Amino acid sequence: MAVAKRIIPCLDVDKGRVVKGVNFLNIRDAGDPVEIAKRYDKEGADEITMLDITASHETRETTYKTVESIASQVFIPLTVGGGVRSIDDIKRLLRSGADKVSINTSAVENPDFVKEAADKFGSQCIVVAVDAKASSKSKDFWEVVTYGGRNRTGMDVLGWTQQVADYGAGEILLTSMDRDGTKEGFDNDLVFRVANGISLPVIASGGVGNLDHLIDGIKVGGAEAVLAASIFHFSEYTIKEAKEAMRASGIEVRF
Amino acid sequence: MTQVVVIDYGMGNLHSVSKALEAVSVSETITVSSDLEVIKKSDKLVFPGVGAIKDCMEAFSVDLKETVLDEVKRKPTLAICVGMQMLLESSEENDGVEGLSILDGTVTKIQSSREIKVPHMGWNQVKFLKDHPLLKNIDDSSFFYFVHSYCCLSSKDALTETTHGERFISSLAKDNIFAVQFHPEKSQTAGLELYKNFLDWSV
Repeated sequence: MAVAKRIIPCLDVDKGRVVKGVNFLNIRDAGDPVEIAKRYDKEGADEITMLDITASHETRETTYKTVESIASQVFIPLTVGGGVRSIDDIKRLLRSGADKVSINTSAVENPDFVKEAADKFGSQCIVVAVDAKASSKSKDFWEVVTYGGRNRTGMDVLGWTQQVADYGAGEILLTSMDRDGTKEGFDNDLVFRVANGISLPVIASGGVGNLDHLIDGIKVGGAEAVLAASIFHFSEYTIKEAKEAMRASGIEVRF
Repeated sequence: MTQVVVIDYGMGNLHSVSKALEAVSVSETITVSSDLEVIKKSDKLVFPGVGAIKDCMEAFSVDLKETVLDEVKRKPTLAICVGMQMLLESSEENDGVEGLSILDGTVTKIQSSREIKVPHMGWNQVKFLKDHPLLKNIDDSSFFYFVHSYCCLSSKDALTETTHGERFISSLAKDNIFAVQFHPEKSQTAGLELYKNFLDWSV
């Protein structure tokens, strides 16, 4: 008996609609976030992550409403990220019904924000999202990138994840920007190195194209949870099928 | 009509708790309130809690504490997470905090290691030690969602246990009180079933 490995479907939400593109391009409409969240809940998702990819001031109220609406109908943990810049932003999201908040760019720009947020709300609700890009020069170096991969920071992913762990983050959502949307599978070298370096749960993200990829993220990468979007949105696989495949490979999952 | 009041003392994810209760209620009204009169008039109470136990105990005003202590002794009550811990005798969190001593047992820090992560966060199995009306239609060893760093290791009021490194008490029951360490409002079908059982429960 142990904590079950989790499957987390991710909703990338743009102006109130779920979208998904390849490497953040060719964005495709996948539907209404509340309806999709309800479907995943029924299929047995362990959590839901919603990323507000527009994250502009004009659409923020829509985001709070969407969060409230999902949280009123779906009774599993809900993580919300995208454009979280202040303690007030976190407070609003938690009040709207989010259980955890994911911080990305604003953590990179101001690492103390992670500390402040964890002190105020508890580590259990602070997820730090890290977008990583492999280096062409070294096999052991991944660079932290921000703004959907458009901005390179020069920072080492391994050092950065250690730092946010020390600052009180409760979880790391680790996305390979090289793999995101490619359907080639997680960058398991990256996942393994990060998961081994810190004692926090790591959620592997970016690149899932089939069910074996989910299994590899846990067995090869050592992730506590696996996140995927498009394979579930367009009903290539159901969450239930994913869980059955994971269980068949010997991974403990919740049914 | 049965009035269920979720006690609001400024701590806890009340939105999720009340929405989950509403989702399974048939005729019961669910109110979130800190009003002493509303609490006194209620038929059933829900006592949530999130965060550090010291903050929770301090958020509890003297009047509210007296009323709650009084009412909790008489009415069907469901305590959740830190709410459960507050009903025990004491906790070692925040250098030691006195509890309300309504249930038997004390709260200690979960021992962490390389494999055993703290906070204990995620879905874990709940093993039944006894039968109880609130466990009706829920399978033994069902998964529930946990988020906590402190736990109760033994109690004569123990109802279920869960293992995270060590075995700990994941729920307790005594007379009209049912207390859970996990979050039924985040535990999907099994959690909603438990809430439904609570609404159906007559002591």
